Amino acid sequence: MSADTAAALVIRIVLRGRKVVGGCAEGEAIVTRDTISGWGGINEREGTVIERRHELRGQSFKDKVLVFPGAKGSSGWSAYFHMTRLNNAAPRAMIFNKMTTKVALGAVVTHAPAMTELEQDPLQVIETGDWVKVDADNGIVEITKRKR
Amino acid sequence: MKLTDYEKEMYDGVHGRAKARAMDLLVRYGEALGAERLVETNNVAGAFNASTPSVRELVKKGFDAVYSELNLDSTEVVEIPKMVAHTCQLITGIDNANWRVQGIADDLAEQQKKGEQYFGSRGINMFATCTPYQVGNVPVKGEHCAWMESSAVVYCNSVLGARTNTEGKESTGAAALTARIPYWGYHIKENRRGTHKVDIEIEVDDIMDWGLLGYYLGEIIDDEIPVLTGKYRQPSLIKLKHFGAAAASSGGVEMYHIPDITPEARTIEEAFSGNAVRGMVRYGEAERRTAYENLNCATDRNVDFVMLGCPHNSIDQVWLIASLLDGRKISANTQLWVHTPRALREVADRNGYTKMITDAGGFVMSDTCPAISRHMPKGTKVVATDSAKQAHYLPAITGVAAWFGSVKDCVEAAVNGRWNGGLS
Repeated sequence: MSADTAAALVIRIVLRGRKVVGGCAEGEAIVTRDTISGWGGINEREGTVIERRHELRGQSFKDKVLVFPGAKGSSGWSAYFHMTRLNNAAPRAMIFNKMTTKVALGAVVTHAPAMTELEQDPLQVIETGDWVKVDADNGIVEITKRKR
Repeated sequence: MKLTDYEKEMYDGVHGRAKARAMDLLVRYGEALGAERLVETNNVAGAFNASTPSVRELVKKGFDAVYSELNLDSTEVVEIPKMVAHTCQLITGIDNANWRVQGIADDLAEQQKKGEQYFGSRGINMFATCTPYQVGNVPVKGEHCAWMESSAVVYCNSVLGARTNTEGKESTGAAALTARIPYWGYHIKENRRGTHKVDIEIEVDDIMDWGLLGYYLGEIIDDEIPVLTGKYRQPSLIKLKHFGAAAASSGGVEMYHIPDITPEARTIEEAFSGNAVRGMVRYGEAERRTAYENLNCATDRNVDFVMLGCPHNSIDQVWLIASLLDGRKISANTQLWVHTPRALREVADRNGYTKMITDAGGFVMSDTCPAISRHMPKGTKVVATDSAKQAHYLPAITGVAAWFGSVKDCVEAAVNGRWNGGLS
C-alpha cells in the first residue's frame, strides 16, 4: 500500500459547536454514554472514574479528551475537577451535550478547553481512541478516526 | 454577559481585588452557561472549610490563599474581606468534638478549627451541616439563593419554592463576596415547570420508601423535573429530605413538584404550567425492588458499621433512634454513628437522647458524615445505612459493601451485628 492510499484512509470529521471554556488542545478521546459524578464519582488524584455501576469505572481521563453526556450528582463536581487540575490529573479538553451549572463551573475551573452544542451528537461520532482536537476559541472540533 | 454599573466596578477592581477576582469567576462561569446577566442573592450556602489532607500544603500559604484558589479559582492570592451576602458553611470533613472517633489526625482537626476562626471572622456562619434548612436557614418562596449540596438544593427549590441552581465551591465563594450569581436555570420561573409525570402505583409512606422512590426516579429522570401523582401519603420534612437526597444521587434532580403539597404546584396543571409532558414514569412493586437491589451491594450479613443521618438527622429522627436503642447494647462487632447538625446535638444532649445512644454504645456525631470525611471505624468492610445517598456513595468512595434499609433494620443490625433487613 502506497503512502498516498494510507493517507486517504484517514478519516477526518470536523464539527462546529459552542465554546464553554476557551483555548485549544488535542488528545486521545475517552467516551462514555453515562453521566459523570464529580465528588463521589471520580478519584481526583488519578483522574479515574470510581462510580460502582459506571461504564468507565477504573479508567482514567487524565490527559485525554473527555467526551460525555454531562454531569450528575453532588455539588462537589467543580471542586473535584478543580482538584484534578491541581493534581495534574485533569482531562486535556472536554466535550459534553447537556449544559448544567455543575458541568459549566467544573469546566471553567479545570481551565481546559471545553465545548458543547456540537452540530452532531459527539457520543455518536467520537469513539474512545480517536484523536480529537478541541479548538474552543474558534468553535471547532476536529476528529481523526482511529484506524480499525 | 450584561453587567450593571456596580458589577462593572467590582469587575474592574474599584471595590478591591477579592471582588474583582470573584466577578472574573462569575463572568467566566456565566458565559460558559450562556447566562445573559447576574441576579442579586443574599443567601449563600457553600463549602469554605479546609479540612482535607489535600489542602494541607495550601493552608501553609494562609487562608487567603485557600479561599483565593479553592473558592474563587484565582491563582492570584487576594485578601478576603467580610462577606456581603448572608453566608453559611455546609457540611465539613471533621467533627470538631469527635475527630478521634473518626480516626482523624489532631493536626487536621486543628487546621479545620483555625480555618473556621478565619471564615467566621469574615461572617460565614458555621452551621456545618448539609441541612441548613433544619437549623434556621429557611429561604422564602421566590428568594434567589446560591446553594451547594445537592440534597439541600433540591429541598430549597422544591419544598421551599426558593430559587437556586446547584452551585459549587467556587461560585458560592464568589457569590458570598459580591451578592451575585448567574441568572440561569432555576432562577428563571419558566425553567421550574414539570417535565415528567410519575404515576405512583404502590403506597409510598415511610422514610425508606421515599428514599427508594427518589433513587429510582433519579436514575430514570436524570435532571428533569418530575411531578408526582398517585398513592403517596402526606410527606414530612424528613421524608422529602430523604427523597430529594436519593434522587440527587442516582441522578441530578434539582426540582420536583408534588401537587397540593409543594408551593409551586397547587394542582397537576400548575405543576406543568403549559409545559408539554415529555415523559411518563411508572413506579410500582417491580420498580421499588429494582431500586432496592441497586442500593444493596453487600452479600456478607455481618455488619461492621451502622451509619444513620444522611442527610443529617432532625431531632425527631435522633429521638426515634434513641427510643429504639433504649436499654439495649450495640454488638461488640459493630459501631453505630448517628449524625445530626451541631445545633440539634445541643438539643439532643439537653433532652438526654445523646446519653440514651451513648449508653447503648453508639456515638452522636456532628459537622460531618463518612462519605464527606472518607472516615469510618477502622476495618469497616460492611456498612448498613438508612440513607440511599450514603449507600450510593460509600461503596464508590471507600470500597465498602452497603446494606440499605429502614431505621429499625439499621438499629437491629447495630444491636445484633447482623443484617436482617429486607423489603416488606
